[in-house]
Amino acid sequence: MINRHPVVIAAVLLGMFAVVGTTLVSFTYENTKERILDNEHKALLKKLHKIIPADQIDNDIVNDTTRVSSPELLGATQTIIYRGRKLNQPVAAVFSIVAPEGYSGSINMLVAVKSNGTLGGVRIVSHRETPGLGDKIEERKSDWILGFQGKSLNNPDKSRWKVKRDGGNFDQFTGATITPRAVVDAVKRTLIYFQDNKEAVFKQETET
Amino acid sequence: MSESWREIINNGLWHNNQALVALLGLCPLLAVTNTAVNGLGLGIATLLVLTASNVTVSLIRNLVRPEIRLPVFVLVIASFVTAVELSMNAWFPELYKILGIFIPLIVTNCAIIGRAEAYASKNSVLPALVDGLSMGIGFLLVLVTLGGLREFIGQGTLFADLHLMFGEAARSLYFSLGSDFQGALIAILPPGAFIGLGLLIAVKNLIDQHASRPAEKTPVVSTEPAPSQG
Repeated sequence: MINRHPVVIAAVLLGMFAVVGTTLVSFTYENTKERILDNEHKALLKKLHKIIPADQIDNDIVNDTTRVSSPELLGATQTIIYRGRKLNQPVAAVFSIVAPEGYSGSINMLVAVKSNGTLGGVRIVSHRETPGLGDKIEERKSDWILGFQGKSLNNPDKSRWKVKRDGGNFDQFTGATITPRAVVDAVKRTLIYFQDNKEAVFKQETET
Repeated sequence: MSESWREIINNGLWHNNQALVALLGLCPLLAVTNTAVNGLGLGIATLLVLTASNVTVSLIRNLVRPEIRLPVFVLVIASFVTAVELSMNAWFPELYKILGIFIPLIVTNCAIIGRAEAYASKNSVLPALVDGLSMGIGFLLVLVTLGGLREFIGQGTLFADLHLMFGEAARSLYFSLGSDFQGALIAILPPGAFIGLGLLIAVKNLIDQHASRPAEKTPVVSTEPAPSQG
């Protein structure tokens, strides 16, 4: 008798639908899991290879990572560093840093520093800057970001690591100074961090 | 019967267009339509979810008690959206990154639960399928039109980045006014979405007005000779 109570029937029905829905989702998840992981791996590797050419390293850079914490220099509380090596010699370190002072919040970037302290390249991973103004930091919108390649703390001099409006060497964009300023500052801080911690960056154990 | 099919399709594409008439699903509509390709991506995802949920809701309409109807609909829609989201991440990772949060937000697109509640739960599978398809295509067309409009005015291109959906072969298949074109930035920024949608609705109303005018005139014309006859 109690089993035929409408509430019980409703609850059982709802439960059944939950089971069916969950089954559909987990089935899709199982079938796409590997592809998604593979995509992410490939996308990351593609990005890394743009700033450290594939022929300069011979290790599995995506998995040769370490985590450091230096919020004042690298932006986030935890920063992942990908290490590129050839014949076990350090070639370059790619910092996955955050520039906190973007016009609309944080800008996530990859900064590759070669073992001699020069920049292999800088790329923007994600940002929320104004379309048409601040988004010229993206590689597909403008080649501004390519200008970092080969620069170091001595070239230009440390005091010139600013946008032109602040008396430095780097171009700003028409209508957008805050965004490039944030990027230039963040790259400069990464170089400083690398200068101070170069040994440790390559020595630290790979995390699993 | 064929007349009612036509009615369902007409309603979905035009007379009861979810975006232009019902004004449902505006959150994704306004947010992702800064390019035609983004609109197309979200439109296809919405179309898939809407059709699948309409068919499912129609199939289970006699099984589900009225008091748990809405939770079940939400459950069905959420499951489909998650499945579409995972598939999109697996097969169109680049587009998935651009559309980002708006794919899971399809769950909250009122157009979908609206069709489930207003149509699919009261009709058999085949009409529900047609209704889902035509409502979805109607929504998709608005997304693509608004996206194309904003992209064209804002950056002078049309269907740029098509390779995000159809592979490298489609990369060059777009129209461009050339890189010298400065564009009106406002079209890409959020206000452009509101202005663009407003213009689209205005155009639709204009066309409707135009279409209904001859119909109003016909009786007037036919009554005029009547007195002279009588």
